[in-house]
Amino acid sequence: MELYMSIAIGVLFAVGVYLILSKSILRIILGTSLISHGVHLLLLTTAKLKTGAAPLLGEQAETYVDPLPQALILTSIVISFGVTSFFFVLAYKAYQRLGTDDMEELRGEEDE
Amino acid sequence: MNNLIVLPLLIPLITAVILIFLSKRVKAQRWISLISILLNGGSVVLIMNQVQEKGIQTLYMSGWLPPYGIVFVADMFAVLLVMTTVIVAAGCLLYSFRTIGEEREKYYFYPFFQFLLAGVIGSFLTGDLFNLFVCFEVMLISSYALIVLGGTKRQLRETLKYMLINIISSALFVASMAYLYGVVGTLNMAHLSVRVAEAGQGGLLSVIAIMLLVVFSLKAGLFLFFWLPGSYRVPPTAVIALFGALLTKVGLYAMIRTFTLIFYHDQGFTHNIIAWMAIATMVLGGIGAVAYKDLYRILNYNVVISVGFIAFGLAVATKDSLDGTVLYLIHDMIAKALMFILGGMIISAAGTSKLGEMGGLIKRYPLLGWMFFILALALVGIPPLSGFPGKVLMVRGGLAEGEYLLTAIAVASSLIVLYSLMRVFIGAFWREDPLLPVQEKKKWHSSAYVSAIGLLVLVIGLGVGSEWIYSFAGQAAEVLTDPSIYIEAVLKE
Repeated sequence: MELYMSIAIGVLFAVGVYLILSKSILRIILGTSLISHGVHLLLLTTAKLKTGAAPLLGEQAETYVDPLPQALILTSIVISFGVTSFFFVLAYKAYQRLGTDDMEELRGEEDE
Repeated sequence: MNNLIVLPLLIPLITAVILIFLSKRVKAQRWISLISILLNGGSVVLIMNQVQEKGIQTLYMSGWLPPYGIVFVADMFAVLLVMTTVIVAAGCLLYSFRTIGEEREKYYFYPFFQFLLAGVIGSFLTGDLFNLFVCFEVMLISSYALIVLGGTKRQLRETLKYMLINIISSALFVASMAYLYGVVGTLNMAHLSVRVAEAGQGGLLSVIAIMLLVVFSLKAGLFLFFWLPGSYRVPPTAVIALFGALLTKVGLYAMIRTFTLIFYHDQGFTHNIIAWMAIATMVLGGIGAVAYKDLYRILNYNVVISVGFIAFGLAVATKDSLDGTVLYLIHDMIAKALMFILGGMIISAAGTSKLGEMGGLIKRYPLLGWMFFILALALVGIPPLSGFPGKVLMVRGGLAEGEYLLTAIAVASSLIVLYSLMRVFIGAFWREDPLLPVQEKKKWHSSAYVSAIGLLVLVIGLGVGSEWIYSFAGQAAEVLTDPSIYIEAVLKE
C-alpha cells in the first residue's frame, strides 16, 4: 500500500512542479496546492499505513493508527489553506493593478 | 519547569490581538507597541539572568513531559538571539513611527509587526521541529502582509515571487519532517538528537539533513538567495530593516541548531556542503555588492555576504569558530538593521536610490554621514567596533582547522564589504552637488534619530564591551559544541 501511495505522491509532486514552472499565476497557485496535497499524503504515508482503528478510544480496538501525523497534517492543512487564500487574493489584486496574469511580464525594476 | 520562558512569545501575541481592535487609533497603537516591546525586553533580561546562573531553562507545555508534549528551551544561544531581536524590533518600531505613513498605520501595520516578532521569537525558543515550522509560518505570513502592505505595483509584483518561494520551501520543510518522522519516529529536537545518534547517521538520515539544509538555505538566503535582492527593495525602510535583520537570521539559527544538535555525526559530508555553499554565497554576494549602482541593491547584497560569512562559521564548527559565530550573529542583526535605517535616510535625503545621482550630502547632513561611516567600519570589522571580535574568532577557528580556501574567501569578503560601503559613502556624501535639483533639507522626527543613534551606540558598545558579551556567547557556544548539555536539560528532569 505504501508503494502505491508513494507513486501517487510522486505524480502529485511532478504535476505540481510542472504547473509551478508555467507562466500563468493561476496555474502556479494550483501547482502549489497540488504540492501541498502531496506533502500531506507523504506525512500520512511515512508514518506507516498500518491497519488499525481510527484513533478514538471509544473504538475499544486492539490497535489504533498513529494519531500524531494526523494532528500534524491537520495543522499543515489549515496553514496552507490560509496561505493559499492569501495568494489567490494577491493574484487577483495583482491582476487588477498590473493588468496581466503572465509571470513573464512581471519582470523589471520600474514602478510605472 | 519555568513559566517565564513563554513570556517573550506571549507578550507580542497578546499585544497584536489588542492592537487589532485599536486599528484606527494611531497614537494608542504606537504607545502600546512601544510599551509591549519594553516589557518584552525586561522579561528577556530576567530569563537571561536565570540561564546564566542555573543553566538551560525548559518549559513543558501543559506539563506533558518531552518527547510527548511541546517543549520550550531557553539556552544561552536562543536567549541572546531573542534579546537581539527585541533590541532590533525596538529600533525598527521607533523608526517606523514617523516614516511608515498614516495609511499603513491604520491598516494593521503594528499588529503584523507584533505577529512577526512572535513568530521570530517562537522560532528561537522552541524545542520541537514541527513547532518550529509553525513559528516559521507565523513569521512568514506576517512578512507577506508587511511586504505587500501599501499595494503599489512593484510591491504586488515582488510579493508574488517572495510568496511562491516561501510556499515551496515550507512544503519541502513538511516533507523533510515527514521523512524524519518515518525514520526515527519523533519530532522533539533533543529526542531526535538521541535517536539519530543511536541509529547512526547513515545514508537516509544524511539525505534528510541535506533536505533540511535546502529548506533553511531558502529561508536564509544561503546560496539560494535569488529571491532576496528583489523582494527586499519594495517595502518601506522600517520593514526592510526588520527583514534584513531578522528573517534571514532565523533561517541561519535553524541551520546552526540542526547541524550542531541533530546531524553532527557525518561532518565530512554535511559541513563540506555547507562550506561550499558559504563560499558561493560570499562570492556571488560580493559580485552583486560591487556590480550595482543602486543603493537598495548594494545593501541587499551585503545581507547576502553576511549570511555566507555566518555559514562559514558553522561549516568550520570548532569551539572558536562557533563562539565567533554567536558574537557575529548578534553584531550582524543590530548592524544590518542600522544599515537599512541609515540607507533609507540617505535615500529620502537624496530623493533617489541611484548612486550616480547623489552627492554632496555631507555638507547638509554631517551627522548622517559620519554615522554611516562608523557603521561601515563596524560591518567590515575594524577593531574597536562590534564586527571585529566575532570575525577574528571565526577566522582563527578556520585557520586552526586548515580550511584555508574558505577562510581566505571570508577575509576577502570583508574587503568587498568595505569597498561597496565606501563607494556608497563617497558617492552619496563626498562628491560635488548632484545633477538633480537640490532637495530642501529633510527633517526627520526625533524618533528616527533616537532609533539610529541608539543602534549605533550599541554597535560601538558591543565592540568595546566584547569581553562582557563574550562571557555570554561562550556559554552559548558550549551548548553548540556539546549537544549532551542540551539533551540533559530537556530529557532528564
